[in-house]
Amino acid sequence: MEHITTPKVEQVKLLDRFSSRATAGTLYLTATHLLFIESNTAASEETWILHHHIAVVEKLSLTTSGCPLVIHCRNFRVVHFVIPRERDCHDIYSSLLLLRRPASYDDLYAFSYNPKQSEQQRAGGWQLIDLASEYERMGVPCDHWQLTDVNRNYKVCDTYPRDLFVPVSASKPIIVGSSKFRSKGRFPVLSYFYQEKKAAVCRCSQPLSGFSARCLEDEHMLQAISKANHNSRFMYVMDTRPKLNALANRAAGKGYENEDNYSNIRFQFVGIENIHVMRASLQKLLEVIGTKSLSMTDYFSGLESSGWLRHIKAVLDAAVILAKAVTVEGASVLVHCSDGWDRTAQVCSLGALLMDPFYRTIKGLMVLIEKDWISFGHKFADRCDQLDGDPKEVSPVFTQFLECVWQLTEQFPQAFQYNEWFLIQIHEHVHSCQFGNFLGNCQREREELRLKDKTYSLWQFLLNDQENYVNPVYQPGFSETHPVLEPSTLPFSFKFWRNMYHQFDRSMHPRQSVLKQVLSLKASNRDLEKAARALEAKLQKQGVFLSIAVDSKSKDPVHPVRPKSLILSAPLNCKEDEQKLSVCDRVRTVEGSSSAENGYNEEEEEPASFTKPEPTLVSLERGVARMTC
Amino acid sequence: MEFAELIKTPRVDNVVLHRPFMSRVEGTLCLTGHHLILSSRQDSNEELWLLHSNIDSIEKRFVGTLGTVIIKCKDLRIIQLDIPGMEECLNIASSIEALSTLDSVTLMYPFFYRPMFELIEDGWNTFLPEQSFKQIESLTDEWRLSYVNKDFNVCPSYPPILAVPKSIDDDTIRKVATFRHAGRFPVLSYYHKKNGMVMMRSGQPLTGSNGRRCKEDEQLINATLRAGKRGYIIDTRSINVAQQAKARGGGFELEAHYPQWRRIHKTIERSNILQESLIKLVEACNDQSHNMDRWLSKLEASNWLTNIKEILTTACLAAQCIDREGASVLVHGTEGTDSTLQVTSLAQIILDPTSRTIRGFESLVEREWLQFGTFLGNNSFERGKLKLPQKTVSLWSWVNRPQDTERFLNPLFEANSLVIWPSVSPQSLLLWEGVFLRWNRSSKCLDEAYEEMIHIIEHNKELQSKVSTLHRQLAELETEDVQLETP
Repeated sequence: MEHITTPKVEQVKLLDRFSSRATAGTLYLTATHLLFIESNTAASEETWILHHHIAVVEKLSLTTSGCPLVIHCRNFRVVHFVIPRERDCHDIYSSLLLLRRPASYDDLYAFSYNPKQSEQQRAGGWQLIDLASEYERMGVPCDHWQLTDVNRNYKVCDTYPRDLFVPVSASKPIIVGSSKFRSKGRFPVLSYFYQEKKAAVCRCSQPLSGFSARCLEDEHMLQAISKANHNSRFMYVMDTRPKLNALANRAAGKGYENEDNYSNIRFQFVGIENIHVMRASLQKLLEVIGTKSLSMTDYFSGLESSGWLRHIKAVLDAAVILAKAVTVEGASVLVHCSDGWDRTAQVCSLGALLMDPFYRTIKGLMVLIEKDWISFGHKFADRCDQLDGDPKEVSPVFTQFLECVWQLTEQFPQAFQYNEWFLIQIHEHVHSCQFGNFLGNCQREREELRLKDKTYSLWQFLLNDQENYVNPVYQPGFSETHPVLEPSTLPFSFKFWRNMYHQFDRSMHPRQSVLKQVLSLKASNRDLEKAARALEAKLQKQGVFLSIAVDSKSKDPVHPVRPKSLILSAPLNCKEDEQKLSVCDRVRTVEGSSSAENGYNEEEEEPASFTKPEPTLVSLERGVARMTC
Repeated sequence: MEFAELIKTPRVDNVVLHRPFMSRVEGTLCLTGHHLILSSRQDSNEELWLLHSNIDSIEKRFVGTLGTVIIKCKDLRIIQLDIPGMEECLNIASSIEALSTLDSVTLMYPFFYRPMFELIEDGWNTFLPEQSFKQIESLTDEWRLSYVNKDFNVCPSYPPILAVPKSIDDDTIRKVATFRHAGRFPVLSYYHKKNGMVMMRSGQPLTGSNGRRCKEDEQLINATLRAGKRGYIIDTRSINVAQQAKARGGGFELEAHYPQWRRIHKTIERSNILQESLIKLVEACNDQSHNMDRWLSKLEASNWLTNIKEILTTACLAAQCIDREGASVLVHGTEGTDSTLQVTSLAQIILDPTSRTIRGFESLVEREWLQFGTFLGNNSFERGKLKLPQKTVSLWSWVNRPQDTERFLNPLFEANSLVIWPSVSPQSLLLWEGVFLRWNRSSKCLDEAYEEMIHIIEHNKELQSKVSTLHRQLAELETEDVQLETP
């Protein structure tokens, strides 16, 4: 609390990002949130911004109506406040700079977040996902793959988990030798086992080959992986980097596998760009889509020049290659990039998602994230900017993974048990630091932080709220006919994920949510089925006098309370809306859909200024807009 | 008959048909006056019936004596036929070319088509102007039907019956018509019953370069304004294009002569530009290369969505003026037959809940597009001469049969009486995949998901009726019990 000098500022204006709409209200600064409460509406809408979500705070130069403060959040919310007094603005600004990224883990929200659960419930949440049983489900250990205790104490690789699966024929000296030849000691281990063909997806980091260095143990290691699969005489080594990057790495004593030194490998680059390119790409994308009155031409050329969809396609292309090699050719594949915790995690997890229907269920996606991302040491703390660290380490690698999953759900609407709101919620909490799951950079660090004792697991909370995350048209039988997904990666198959990147921009959303409508119909069906069963039971007891009529309420579809989501918050049907509006005697309109908000008029042709001339106010507001843009 | 001359080779065996996402079919190709038919003659499912009028262009190629004809259809499908024999292939290609570009309207398929279904209602009589005007008449007495154009003398491209302000007599209208492009004087397009405001459409005023005025024109449109109120003229051309039109005798309403009107210029491209845009878009969609940048830049360069955004924005603007500003609106471009109709019809979809129903939409198409614009024949006058109602079947006769209407129903539809304000930001406007990617990807998974959604909705209805039946049964049992106990 020592960072907060001004906890409350009144008469703050919140400007809409895309229209000239402004709302007045009060700004509160708490230890964990920045809170804006609208003052003039009956509903008093609230905007809660978690400090950890804040990516950038900008204090713009003073205008006639006050001091503008613009906040960009990691969940793609952008808010633009105008604070009357410069002094208050500065106080809030300085406090937020300190609060948004603490210097130590202990100050993260997860350590103070208290959902009022018992110790037992907390522990239960952490036991929900068990990777040991996940490996068992995949079919390991087996004849050719075994659990190794070589990393029990994080001695061989401190960014790997304790429990790792390796080929039976890979002895400890081979493992240790191989790890010494791999960047950060990240030697080849099993990521996914495709039982049907006994083919393995393995992951590691780049070899320290430089221009000519060799390592016999590493060569043995790869051979052991290859030999563990009798279906194929060779294995693929997929270097997920562009060739140029891999070549450049050789000068630093790193590099890639020389096919001459490794027997029976087929080496391939797949050309996914590095974290810096991805960071710049997202930034460019957000700049483009944040433009006021964006033209179609600027939108498409911005989308193109940001390269964002090109990168998404590159990641998914790689996953498709991986899945094909494993499921069609029955070959094992070793995937790596530089350190094997960004692109490698993307490709391995997406590949597995294409191959295994389990990962297309709610529980399965949790397991997949726990396995390929959390346990294998994707550096969530660095990539998501949890602590005050190096800004060059920040990168939307995990966001890209979630988007790739979303792109797949769009192509296969019946293959996934979860809907996009589930993916967006995970994204939200990867950055919120409200739950312990994603804190830190690797398992060792998480154990040191004693997260399981001090924080809560996100998965339990998502499961409790499961009904909101279910895809209403999910067809479990789909996986029987389509065990392996074969998505199209033609450019037109990729879409801009509006509900992610504009999740807080109400005016951009469809006015009615099909997802919400179908979800509530499903809920209604469940209630009706229950009611029908109860009635049938009563009827069976014919002749028995029934004094109490069946509660007629059960006939009405019940709309469960949903989390505050713009995707789900569109009115269920317009009749509701109509009633609500006629009561408060406002202009009748579909929610989130007012002509003013959409600004169909060009500035100088605004009918409003024609019929209700208020020249002073209009020019003043425009002045603000111009100076702050 | 005439077709026989055009069909040089009516039948070729061993033709191979290639279609995207479907396995190849080998069979016999037959040409009839209106159809290209390919049948495997083994499995009746493997048949292609293609209307010649659906063919946009054809290309032919030869490898030895094996000819290949690539047919690009107007529904954007591309099919390939491998035809053995050079002469057969050339004959087929030239026949298709001739049959798909018939000069005479009366040789076209509608004049030969005999419905295989029973005509329940004749679509030609479904939407009569008198009927739609009756509704307006019940709401206001400010408008009347004029028969001034009954012989198509005043405006050849207008229908014979038109709604005009009651206070304006037919002589005035005749004068106004001379001042508007192709005689297209301002007529009623839509009456907004919520506030009595109207939308009118017309051709451009013929002011010419010396600013000619027409008192009757001013009188006509001013008659639609309420006392002390102003209206909006939405010109679908940019101010520059409108200025240039003056040199050719056209122009726009000058402020000095129309002080009660505020003119807004929007830029909707002309039909030839839209056609070019469509060609580029289709070309982009057919590019199967794996390059994201190329796809996005082609999509951008086609300008298709830019045009869509502009049309929709202008329609929203018109709707906003009527519903929010409480002002009447006159929409025109140059001729008042293309962009004008886009704007007036879309504005009605935004404003008028009726036009969001199947019948209402048909009526909208009939009112805005058929009576005032395009399709078989270009206007009522031409269609009258062709005797279409006597000689052809109306699309509405087919669509409005209950079993067919059902297929076109949106399962999530719930009537609402609101004005709908769409978002027109680039992020909200999507490529219409159902049309433009229809033949370029398999939509099986999407279709199945849609079916599942329908199933959920249907199931809900069934359950609701089941529960109420059970309730009723139970209630009956209870009353019986009560009756048994009381005596």
